[in-house]
Amino acid sequence: MNDGSTGGASATIAARAYAVWVEDRPGVLNRVTSLFRRRGFNIESLSVGRARAPGVSRMTIVVLCDANTSRRLVEQLSRLVNVLRCDELTGTPSIRHELAMFKVSAAPEERTQVIQLATATGARIVDVALESVVVEATASPGRIDGLAEVLRPYGILEQVRTGLVSMARSAASVMTEPAPRQLPRRVTSAAEPDDGTGSV
Amino acid sequence: MNSAATRTGAQILWESLLEEGVRTVFGYPGGAILPAYDALLDYPIRHVLVRHEQGATHMADGFARATGEVGVAVATSGPGATNMVTGIATAMLDSSPILCVTGQVGSRLIGTDAFQETDVTGVTLPITKHNYLVTEVEDIAPALHEAMYVARSGRPGPVLVDITKDAQQASTDGRWDRADVDLPGYRPHPDPPAAELRRAARLVNEARRPVILAGHGILISGAMAAVRDLAERGQIPVAMTLLGIGSLPADHPLNMGMMGMHGESWVNRAIQEADLLLAFGMRFDDRVTGRLATYAPKARKVHIDIDPAEFNKNVRVDVALAGDLDAVLARLGPLVAARDRSPWLGRIAGFRGENAVRDIQHLPDSGRLYAAHVIHDIWRITEGRAIVTTDVGQHQMWEAQYYRHNAPRSLITSGGLGTMGFALPAGIGAKVARPDDEVWVIAGDGGFQMTMCELATIAQERLKLNIAIINNGYLGMVRQWQEFFYDRRYAGTPLLSPDFAALARAFGLGGEVVTRRDQVDDAVQRARADERTVVLEFQVEQEDTVYPMVPTGARLQDMIRRPKPEAAPVGAK
Ligand SMILES: Cc1cc2nc3c(=O)[nH]c(=O)nc-3n(C[C@H](O)[C@H](O)[C@H](O)COP(=O)(O)OP(=O)(O)OC[C@H]3O[C@@H](n4cnc5c(N)ncnc54)[C@H](O)[C@@H]3O)c2cc1C
Ligand SMILES: Cc1ncc(C[n+]2csc(CCOP(=O)(O)OP(=O)(O)O)c2C)c(N)n1
Ligand SMILES: [Mg+2]
Repeated sequence: MNDGSTGGASATIAARAYAVWVEDRPGVLNRVTSLFRRRGFNIESLSVGRARAPGVSRMTIVVLCDANTSRRLVEQLSRLVNVLRCDELTGTPSIRHELAMFKVSAAPEERTQVIQLATATGARIVDVALESVVVEATASPGRIDGLAEVLRPYGILEQVRTGLVSMARSAASVMTEPAPRQLPRRVTSAAEPDDGTGSV
Repeated sequence: MNSAATRTGAQILWESLLEEGVRTVFGYPGGAILPAYDALLDYPIRHVLVRHEQGATHMADGFARATGEVGVAVATSGPGATNMVTGIATAMLDSSPILCVTGQVGSRLIGTDAFQETDVTGVTLPITKHNYLVTEVEDIAPALHEAMYVARSGRPGPVLVDITKDAQQASTDGRWDRADVDLPGYRPHPDPPAAELRRAARLVNEARRPVILAGHGILISGAMAAVRDLAERGQIPVAMTLLGIGSLPADHPLNMGMMGMHGESWVNRAIQEADLLLAFGMRFDDRVTGRLATYAPKARKVHIDIDPAEFNKNVRVDVALAGDLDAVLARLGPLVAARDRSPWLGRIAGFRGENAVRDIQHLPDSGRLYAAHVIHDIWRITEGRAIVTTDVGQHQMWEAQYYRHNAPRSLITSGGLGTMGFALPAGIGAKVARPDDEVWVIAGDGGFQMTMCELATIAQERLKLNIAIINNGYLGMVRQWQEFFYDRRYAGTPLLSPDFAALARAFGLGGEVVTRRDQVDDAVQRARADERTVVLEFQVEQEDTVYPMVPTGARLQDMIRRPKPEAAPVGAK
């Protein structure tokens, strides 16, 4: 029996990550983000790139929501015709990384310090200029926050973060990647030009 | 089909639709769709020329709801396509399968703000089940086959295919591949696990006070017989949503009537007292539940729906069975034990008690006209056998209360979006789809004026409909809210209308005005006998109110009832 409403005791809001495989077609990203906007789900971060199978993209989406919203979100996403598969990663042991770059103000006298700090935390120096260096790190969002914290006193001039990308650990589950569709075979021939009559 | 001959995209368009069984389209031409129109003359497809593209979408929708098949609407780019938006959104919210084909500017012009260019796939993205922009001739056939499949499968809905003018004009040697639709990301037909079915059956068998909530999904699934069998075996009373009306005959002894905001009070009480709700293809709309926190507090809930996104959306359920209703009931039915539930049925009869004296009988029999009388009389005279389309407002609720539908797909109304202007074009679509059935359009004076240009479509197509305009001189449903919640300050709701009968005659149709109850019978009979479409304007009590009513956000059992006649004379001005 229940109180008849959504929510309830399980309504703890948390950052939840989803792996979403989509067909790589024009407008698909728009369909996904449009759904989030329309249903009032708040995207924390979204990253997208090619999956293993050709014609398939893989997104990692992080959303702040409770468990019931999360369930609805997965159902709503799965409903999109171009979404091949959607898994919540929150409960699954998985690697969660983000790539970040910080352009840090580093006058010659501070430079060594900055470089040492960065490398001690596992970050890399990918560019050095007269007054600044660029520090790059791949780590969990929490560790990147930590890196930003130690760099801040020197002055962060610019930063960019990709948002989370995530993959379940091998032991947890081997995610069989969804296969793309077989596109209907096309037989091409030269298209005739527009007749130029325009519109009425 | 693999054809060897060379075809233009325009020809492929019609051939693909013919292959899909389409014989009628509702449309309006323009520059970007001209190549398709040019080719249309060579194919055995009936084109119904509408007067506004919104009308085309509602006609396709009415066609779809009357038959269960996909209705097709065609329009040009830009304004033609944007005029379709309301009809697409209407079909989306009520899960109605329609296909909209729109012309688009030439592919090389896309993105240049060309004449009559609108990003139609962008505009309709959130209000279609899916949509396509087709820029190459070879993609036309696959897109259309896919679109028809997506529109009608699973939870049905509107699909739009936007085809550039150059794709319509280009030719291909015709060996386009009619491969089977392959949509790996689209899983329209889930199947619930056996363990969940057993859990559901246990809940049913243990329940002492179960109620079936009969929704639109029953009609879509064609699960009428399965629902009736289950209800009869378990002696389970059935409540209807507005869109579920007709899924069990109104005459069936277990059919209690409509639930929700303007439902019967005893139905809402039964739901509030129930210990189990069986939600069949309905989505717990807020007009159905009233205040969620107090909705059916004693009941466990079993929800069967083809769209898992509906589970736990508004109401938390104990068992959720995702699947096509008819298929799920075929598995669930045998697990449900026959039961005698006469104590529960007796209790509901008790709720009915004095309320069973229907609201209509509290109306003074002064010879003046009340909408409820008109609809009751139309029901009586048509023996409940007509297909009725309604518009949105008070008359819509009175129709739901007083026209007792026994057949599935005989009430066609815009529930989820509540689109005024729906009734007339939807009625046209229904008549085109089912020419042998009697069709009644019941509209308010307000909504009728939104799409009344389609009278010309009726005239041109020589269609025989019957149209009842319930003229109360107000945007009545809004006036009713002003009466209850805004201190009777009637801002923007008094409405001046044309002489509808004269207007009908101007279109070459019949028209008649009815002002007294004793004229209703003859007028309705004359209209039915006339070979032309006849518009009957019923001038009814202006300030009548739809009772009972659950105010938005109130508990379902707290309905506003009609004051006793002696306490407050109804319709007194
Ligand atoms: C002025 C006004 C007043 C209204 N008052 C009321 C009122 O008092 N009472 C009332 O009930 N409504 C009322 N409505 C209508 C209300 O807004 C909703 O439209 C209506 O309740 C929806 O009914 P439904 O859930 O049965 O249908 P839909 O909204 O069409 O939902 C159908 C459900 O069935 C599912 N489905 C589809 N196909 C299948 C299948 N094959 N198998 C299983 N499931 C399937 C769908 O996924 C969906 O969840 C009113 C509307 C207006 C405009
Ligand atoms: C397109 C549209 N605009 C506005 C509304 C808001 N609305 C709901 S009912 C109603 C009044 C309808 O008046 P009428 O058609 O005369 O029907 P009545 O309620 O009087 O029977 C209005 C304006 C709507 N549902 N649809
Ligand atoms: Mg009115």
